[in-house]
Amino acid sequence: MRHSTRRAGTAAEMLARLAAARRRGRPVDPRPDTRPTGGWEVVTVDRPANEVLPGGRWPEPLRRLGRAIQVDSRPAPAGRGTELAARIRPGATLPGLAAHVAGDHPNRVVRAALRQTKQLTETGEVLRADRGPTDRGPADRGPAG
Amino acid sequence: MRALCWTGADQVAVRQVPDPELRNGHDAIVRVRLSATCGGDLPLLAGRTPYRADGDVLGHEFLGEVVAVGPQVHRHRVGDRVVVSSTVACGSCWQCRSGAPWCCDNGNPAPEASELAYGQAVPGAFGRPTAAGGFAGGHAEYVRVPYADVGAYAIPDAVSDERALFAADAAPAGWLAAELGGVRPGAVVAVWGAGAVGQLTARAAILLGADRVLIMDPQADRLRMARRYTDAETVDPRHTNIPAELRERTGGRGPDVCVEAVGPAWNGRPRSLAERFTGAAERPPAVREAVYACRKGGTVVVLGEFTGHVDAFPLEAVGAKGLRVRGVRQHGAGQVPTLLERMARDELRTEHLATHRLPLEEGARGYTLFRDRRDDCVRAVFSPDFPPAG
Repeated sequence: MRHSTRRAGTAAEMLARLAAARRRGRPVDPRPDTRPTGGWEVVTVDRPANEVLPGGRWPEPLRRLGRAIQVDSRPAPAGRGTELAARIRPGATLPGLAAHVAGDHPNRVVRAALRQTKQLTETGEVLRADRGPTDRGPADRGPAG
Repeated sequence: MRALCWTGADQVAVRQVPDPELRNGHDAIVRVRLSATCGGDLPLLAGRTPYRADGDVLGHEFLGEVVAVGPQVHRHRVGDRVVVSSTVACGSCWQCRSGAPWCCDNGNPAPEASELAYGQAVPGAFGRPTAAGGFAGGHAEYVRVPYADVGAYAIPDAVSDERALFAADAAPAGWLAAELGGVRPGAVVAVWGAGAVGQLTARAAILLGADRVLIMDPQADRLRMARRYTDAETVDPRHTNIPAELRERTGGRGPDVCVEAVGPAWNGRPRSLAERFTGAAERPPAVREAVYACRKGGTVVVLGEFTGHVDAFPLEAVGAKGLRVRGVRQHGAGQVPTLLERMARDELRTEHLATHRLPLEEGARGYTLFRDRRDDCVRAVFSPDFPPAG
């Protein structure tokens, strides 16, 4: 099992990380995620297991991660649906673009895939963000009339 | 289209931005007729919140007319007059299905930021930073409304735009504060702050059967308004000692429910980047007063918006008195239909809160009036349809 070698840095290092991540437009955790990759990420999906993993098949967001992950499920308590868990297999690396998107910690990709699975199952689609000011590019035409 | 954008600390400007588009099947596009300022905008406006970007469109209280719907929208058609809940909720997750859309699991397309800030992802909201999903706000000609069947509500013909506007956020927040505070017939309720949300909390408490409702604010105009429109008793903290006054008016017991609708006593300065991320503490004087004033075993509801951590919170008093502390923000989506019915029956009047009606182009002036409480401003209301002055 791989372990993160990152450590909590000095205050100056932390602020530098914050500033750099903010420039990149990504959320940032001032406390580095020091969990080892391979830990389970879990979401609770408010549907029975046969709707979450129909016929035992993984939904598309998890299928994209292929053999790099393991998936598990169990009923949630008090009729809250299904607890759906996934983790990166020991020694595995995330495929292609997913690895690039992972950024600071590969578990984030797993967590994002689980969230998308939950949304797809519960609402039928993955909610898309609005285009932010930095996405608008030249279409943002400056001061109005 | 024209939109009122945040352009820097304490700066807003109307800009031309791209029209919104249907990005999900559950989306609708609404042409905005009215939008309102809110106290929750002020920390954002001052640049005290991380992830605010130059060009973000402000405004989370708005209403208008549906001009486009996605294929999965079934409750609304083009032409419907709707008020839109400030919170984006899916209506399908366990939280929503359990009657708590303010805890929706799916209404935030950028959940990581709020997980870092709060430990768990909070629902999205319009005109807020990335931690609330980064949805563009309603101070614009058009807005994209995700999950429109859940978040947009048809306005009864008997309710004017000026009244219905406050069903987007202020009225549901106030109602929920009273409801979660456990207000029931016979209760004695104290509300700190007679802004729009404070007044609507007081009114909700009256409608829920409270025996006595006291509302406190240092501004005489707001107290006059509260007396006229909420039926609450008013207390001016400039002329009396609040804890002593509350003891006297509650038979020495203290109020059963204390609602803080003020926010922090902040000085308006943008905090440094380091402070914004690491949570330099603010002071919550009204929360402190509420904790000390509340009766033993009572409930304190915190409505005000604090942008990080607070200092000097009397935690020992909470434990020693066995208090229940509830947090409420713009979470009242489930309350909107009932509130619109009460508005139609004239039980809930809100149009007086719109003390200043301005064209969108005067958004900067409106926010200045609202922030500084100049000219007895309670809420500035904007419309892209109002003609520019002069």
